[in-house]
Amino acid sequence: MNRIQQAFEKKGKKLNIYFTAGYPALDSTVPMLKSLATAGADLIEIGMPFSDPLADGPVIQQSSTVALQNGMNMRVLFTQLKDIRQEIPETPILLMGYLNPVMQFGVENFCREAAAAGVDGVILPDLPLDDYVDEYQEIFRRYNLKPVFLITPQTAEARIRRIDELTDSFLYLVSGPGTTGGANTQAAGVQEAYFQRIEAMQLRNPRLIGFGIADKASFQQACQYAEGAIIGSALIKALDGADDAPAAAARFVSSVLN
Amino acid sequence: MTTYKEPTARGYYGQFGGAFIPEMLYPNVEELRDNYLNILADPEFQREYQMLLRDFVGRPTPLFEAKRLSKKYNTRIFLKREDLCHTGAHKVNNTVGQILLAQRLGKTRIIAETGAGQHGVATATVCALMGMECIVYMGSVDMERQRPNVERMRLLGAEVRPATSGSQTLKDATNEAIRDWISNPVDTHYIIGSVVGPHPYPDLVARLQAIISEEMRKQLLEKTGSELPQYVVACVGGGSNAAGAFYHFLDEPSVKLVAVEAAGHGITSGHSAATSVLGKPGIIHGSRTLLMQDEDGQITEPYSLSAGLDYPGIGPLHAYLAAEGRAQFISIEDEQALRAVAECSRLEGIIPALETAHALAALGQLGAGPDDVVVINLSGRGDKDLETYMKYADSIQ
Ligand SMILES: Cc1ncc(COP(=O)(O)O)c(C=O)c1O
Repeated sequence: MNRIQQAFEKKGKKLNIYFTAGYPALDSTVPMLKSLATAGADLIEIGMPFSDPLADGPVIQQSSTVALQNGMNMRVLFTQLKDIRQEIPETPILLMGYLNPVMQFGVENFCREAAAAGVDGVILPDLPLDDYVDEYQEIFRRYNLKPVFLITPQTAEARIRRIDELTDSFLYLVSGPGTTGGANTQAAGVQEAYFQRIEAMQLRNPRLIGFGIADKASFQQACQYAEGAIIGSALIKALDGADDAPAAAARFVSSVLN
Repeated sequence: MTTYKEPTARGYYGQFGGAFIPEMLYPNVEELRDNYLNILADPEFQREYQMLLRDFVGRPTPLFEAKRLSKKYNTRIFLKREDLCHTGAHKVNNTVGQILLAQRLGKTRIIAETGAGQHGVATATVCALMGMECIVYMGSVDMERQRPNVERMRLLGAEVRPATSGSQTLKDATNEAIRDWISNPVDTHYIIGSVVGPHPYPDLVARLQAIISEEMRKQLLEKTGSELPQYVVACVGGGSNAAGAFYHFLDEPSVKLVAVEAAGHGITSGHSAATSVLGKPGIIHGSRTLLMQDEDGQITEPYSLSAGLDYPGIGPLHAYLAAEGRAQFISIEDEQALRAVAECSRLEGIIPALETAHALAALGQLGAGPDDVVVINLSGRGDKDLETYMKYADSIQ
């Protein structure tokens, strides 16, 4: 059993927090990780900043731009994460980013470094399912890295089943049409119908709902239909103007959980 | 015989192409992929498309023998007059086809990106024609340098939304258009303006622009006695006018294909958009292609004085033509392009678009002889660039 599956063995709804590596300062990555884990985040996604993040809204675009200006890159990130498992032994850590920087680093290099650091899973929204299966699955497996795939309200049932088959971690349910951080603009009932439809499919993997989850209310709402939820943009926003970003992150996590 | 024209079922030209898109776009792109060939082949679609190309766009566009340029370069030069298309550039060939496609897919809302504004105008135009809602994303830098086109789009009833991220040019406008499509997955069709983006867009746009070379072959036969010239020359931003001009010559090895990129201030200046020289394989806007990027895989900001060529990638077909050596790539600096604007204006009475001027500026580098036939794709007219031409009047003299 991997760390992600272990986390879902535990009772209670799961809070998965996303933050951008190297934001707000280059060396914020590790203090942020420790602070989020201590404050009670059940899973943590580290965003690997990309110059052109197509699936992200303005908040994560901005944190990515700042992180890149701070000098964040793959080599720096893996150096920062070198001893992270001594500090955070249990909390699952996932890397989230876009395919191009991973390709340039080399997919095999990337997997080797990630596994060595104790990373558990990888989310690459622009890596298509077929390309993953044909080109990367074997490498991911060799390093025991779990891919996480997105499901949207438009994803067809057969495709959801295939994604479920290829997954040994969790399914990332995108809450509605839009990029990260977008508010739910769907008509009342539409979102619930979508979540219920997925719930009724009795999938193998647990589900986390993400995109537009921003606070305690929206977290609890999402938890009615899934094993938990993912918060990114709202956390990044909570760091705005904070002198002590890790402390602000911890306060944010507490405000969602308590 | 190998063909350069058609990508594989998954949209690959050699190692380039594919569809690297987030799951949110998958249903849209899949719907397009599963339907575009059938729709394009449908006689009713073809009837309407051909009618619009003739009566609305004004096709066929003339193939004009440029006698004074020919004399100067001591070869036989023809200009394919895409500047005479309705709205002033080749871009409308694609938008006419895609709006008919969008209707058949049941879409009611159209989005587009634009650099020079020509694709935005061409999209706004067909949306007005069909009574569809139209939103065009344009980098704020480009809105400034191509102001007349912003006003044209607005007059045509389109909403122009500024893209304010990155270098605020074509790449950033494309990012915003893709994000809009992610947010509006059901009712919206994205009319991409070049042979870029995820499969099937590169193939779709190439097929819709292929009318350019289809006409060229007939016109060349009439004027020279042979369908085949020695050279076909076109500028490349994303590469749609070049794809259209090359298409029916791709599998004719005797025809030299010349793609002209923007070198900006110079290849080594750090301010350039010459992707075939400066790019490495990478992923941009859903396609694996040659891409200007740093060693960490971050996309670098391109530069060209010409908004339509100011893009850090090229279409996957062109990346393949470059890798295979099927097309020769030449890069032209801002200054050279500006001089070509003056030359074409004064020798032929045609003021070309700044993008097009890059193709014209390559004339001196072709090595064409007196008996050779050279076709330059005159992709657009220069009205939109008048402010730039006035600003750089000294270079143009
Ligand atoms: C007149 C003209 N030519 C060329 C281009 C470059 O586009 P493409 O390379 O797709 O032909 C543009 C783009 O705006 C244009 O307006």
